[in-house]
Amino acid sequence: MSKIELTVDGAAVSDDVEPRMLLVQYLREKLGKTGTVIGCDTSNCGACTVHLDGTSVKSCNVLAVQANGRTVTTIEGLAATAEGDLHPVQESFRECHGLQCGFCTPGMIMQAVDLLGENPNPTEEEVRLGMEGNLCRCTGYHNIVKSVLHAAEGAKS
Amino acid sequence: MTATQDRPTAEIGKDRRRKEDQRLITGRTRWTDNITLPGMLHLAMVRSPFAHATITSVDLEAAKASPNVVTVLSGKDFGDELGVCINAWPITPDQKTPTHSPMPADRVAFAGEVVAVVVARSAAEARDAAELVDVDYDEQPAVIGIKKALEDTVLAHPELGTNKSALWVFDSAEAGTGSDVEAAIETARADGILIEREYRQQRLIPAFMEPRSVVVDPTGEQLTMWSATQIPHILRFALAATTGVPESKIRVIAPDVGGGFGGKLQTTPEEWIAWAVARRLGKPVKYTETRSESLMAAHHGRDQVQTLTLAADKDGNVTGFKVHLDADLGAYIAVVGGGVPVLGAFMFNAIYKFPSYRFECQTVLTNTTFTDAYRGAGRPEATYAIERIMDELAAEVGVDPLEIRERNWIKHEEFPFTTVAGLEYDTGNYEAATAKAKESFGYDALRAEQKERRDRGDRVQLGIGVSTFTEMCGLAPSRVLGSLDYGAGGWEHASVRMLATGKVEIVTGVSGHGQGHETAFSQIVADRLGVPFEDVEVLHGDTQIAHRGLDTYGSRSLVVGGEALVRAVDKVIDKAKHLAAHLLEASEEDLDYADGRFAVRGTDQGVAIQELATAAFAAHNYPEDMEPSIDAEATYDPVNFNYPHGTHLCAMEVDTETGAVKMRKYTCCDDIGTIINPLIVAGQVHGGLVQGIAQALWEEAVYDEAGTLVSGSFVDYLLPTSADTISFDVVHTDEPSICTTNTLGTKGVGEAGTIASTPAVVNAVVDAIRHLGIDDIQMPCTPERVWRAIQGSKAGGATETPPDAMPHFAEGALNQDEGAGQ
Repeated sequence: MSKIELTVDGAAVSDDVEPRMLLVQYLREKLGKTGTVIGCDTSNCGACTVHLDGTSVKSCNVLAVQANGRTVTTIEGLAATAEGDLHPVQESFRECHGLQCGFCTPGMIMQAVDLLGENPNPTEEEVRLGMEGNLCRCTGYHNIVKSVLHAAEGAKS
Repeated sequence: MTATQDRPTAEIGKDRRRKEDQRLITGRTRWTDNITLPGMLHLAMVRSPFAHATITSVDLEAAKASPNVVTVLSGKDFGDELGVCINAWPITPDQKTPTHSPMPADRVAFAGEVVAVVVARSAAEARDAAELVDVDYDEQPAVIGIKKALEDTVLAHPELGTNKSALWVFDSAEAGTGSDVEAAIETARADGILIEREYRQQRLIPAFMEPRSVVVDPTGEQLTMWSATQIPHILRFALAATTGVPESKIRVIAPDVGGGFGGKLQTTPEEWIAWAVARRLGKPVKYTETRSESLMAAHHGRDQVQTLTLAADKDGNVTGFKVHLDADLGAYIAVVGGGVPVLGAFMFNAIYKFPSYRFECQTVLTNTTFTDAYRGAGRPEATYAIERIMDELAAEVGVDPLEIRERNWIKHEEFPFTTVAGLEYDTGNYEAATAKAKESFGYDALRAEQKERRDRGDRVQLGIGVSTFTEMCGLAPSRVLGSLDYGAGGWEHASVRMLATGKVEIVTGVSGHGQGHETAFSQIVADRLGVPFEDVEVLHGDTQIAHRGLDTYGSRSLVVGGEALVRAVDKVIDKAKHLAAHLLEASEEDLDYADGRFAVRGTDQGVAIQELATAAFAAHNYPEDMEPSIDAEATYDPVNFNYPHGTHLCAMEVDTETGAVKMRKYTCCDDIGTIINPLIVAGQVHGGLVQGIAQALWEEAVYDEAGTLVSGSFVDYLLPTSADTISFDVVHTDEPSICTTNTLGTKGVGEAGTIASTPAVVNAVVDAIRHLGIDDIQMPCTPERVWRAIQGSKAGGATETPPDAMPHFAEGALNQDEGAGQ
């Protein structure tokens, strides 16, 4: 077992974990952060995307011990990083119907926030390429792309 | 005519943002895998690596000794309490149906079948121990693929003596719905056009984003199962029917469910195993599959070979259509099983007036994962066949594909129309949908561009694909299901609870998993009952709350479940009216109901529905002849299917040198009757389109000769991404064809995009290169397949590759630029 100390959604946490434990398993099983979900076992789907020190990562592709001393933000803590009750990207996904079953949504939103952080004014093509690592089976991506563009538009005004 | 039909429709038609989104965008979700109970144990499945093998021995000792393992069980450790996986639709009386144990003790019939289960204190420990279970197999020859199965030389289940499970036939001459197709074929052969084709519907995997998960809690008086399922009610019935637990002791809950697309329309071995283990140990258990397990062991879809014969006169007027399907059921006959291709039987004639029609479906068993419903279930396959072959007919006659369709389709003034397959289409307007789609697509301009590029010999050719589809949905009139030997009905149930505080709870037997039921049903109730949208709470997916229901599939939730809801609401209003008259000391005939309020005509007296709910709750003053309640429920059995339709147009660019295909534009005009929420409808269409497009271009479940699924991860099974797809042009007819068989006039939309889009895309790819002598590309139309087709065609590429393309590789020449390396 290895001892880790990190900040998750603004709270300091400390645990002994198996070295093989994935960050997503740590979030779900130890912290009860079940807003972050597991959709595959090959790091293709991106459903488990969170921010590690402000950058999006697939949390199935990071060991919990690698998060030691770092800051993790999940979908459950995202709103706290913005003014208002929801993060503007969350609002935008609701406004543009960017979700149906909602299973990919936490990962989509976390990825979209990171994408817009890097490129606040993306083209549709840039959104499509930037969201490529996150799979959705419900929306056909049409409204996800629209949501991200809408959030970018909102940030400008 | 009910008293409620004149009410305003402020909510219906409004693009309300969804109620369910708040929890989904904040991570406040209750997926089955999120549920943790005190003392809960975790399961890991041990699965067969072989497609067909007898189990000679199973050694569980090492696994049992692994840390924190509670027990390990194999098939022989269970008795009848394990139950059996059911087939609810034996399509013929003599169907050959192999027994489907959730965990066979003696023989496995597909790679991925469960042979043992490990129970441990954590999921990781269970999985570790599963590696230690030592199973000896005696590998048997496996039959993979439809054509091999039909040979009957290697048998999927030797005890059945054949791989052929059932032959289901519909013939219009025998049914009295049309003439003899063989006569039409002979006439066409002599003096007309006869088109014979074989199309392959490749095997697909539904690939919902939430892997399947099940939690069973055997503590308390009722045993509770949470499952990531589309069908909690059917699941409960099947558990009771096969495991010896009374139905009244079983509660099934489908909490938040992350997509299904038919893939969670199943009663699964994993659910049955979890049920048996929890009962045996008396402890809550959870099993959540990995994605690889999901792709390997959750049911697959499609997988047909279609042999088609289309007869027409010289002008392209179709005289007959003969369809023979061979459909791969996989190793077992799943819940709907052979019923999936049979659902297609009524749709091969599509929107057309064919005088004669014959449909045969031979189902076969193979040593592969069992197949069942996948979005559209039988109807995408049928639509693909007819819409592809209508394009072939157009090419033969030498007219535009839309022109050949118009010659054959049912005209809008001919509705209601009884088809050659025996269905009565109530309404439709194919002319209007096509005109609108053409306009929005810019059909004529794209045709002009196509011609220009073709004349110019452009390397990148443009193709335009057409699909004018209809479907039968809203499953289903119970008597029709009975006549087809389906094991259940197709009705739906709803109830309305008027709470003391004036809020409204509605309970529906349909079980949403992403469709937006909570929003759309709230809109319906808000309009009909005259209460605020925000005051309506929609409860579903729990058999103790929604005690009657038949769940969600076949585009039925709105058209069947919504109608049940409308009827329940109308009963509430009727009851409330009686109470209102009593309280207002007025005659019921003098009361008008509008905006949630009964008013005494000609006075300023009135009472709101919420006040009546409170009055019924207090029950201090109510008529002698009524109970103190205005709650109501209704069960609705549909009188017909409904028939959404639309015209889909797709422009594809094909690089004739590389075979790469690229979607340029996609327009669809769907006529789905009354639209409750246009935002939700658009979402259903977008998602449906991409699933259909994915069949055309990317997805295929591939087995090797030994029966190993080689596309068993998301690395290998090609789900489209945002970078592979485009934004769509979704329009509707200006005057929709209102459905006449439900009160709101709605038609289903959940499957439409998937049903329509596949042939539109393939037609476009073929259209781009038809001038090269190509009339088919097998799905998925990968660059390799397109490239090979072009290379194999007589005309070759758009421009012939010059022999001296790479002169520096010519014999005797340097293979590098002069001066290189200096």
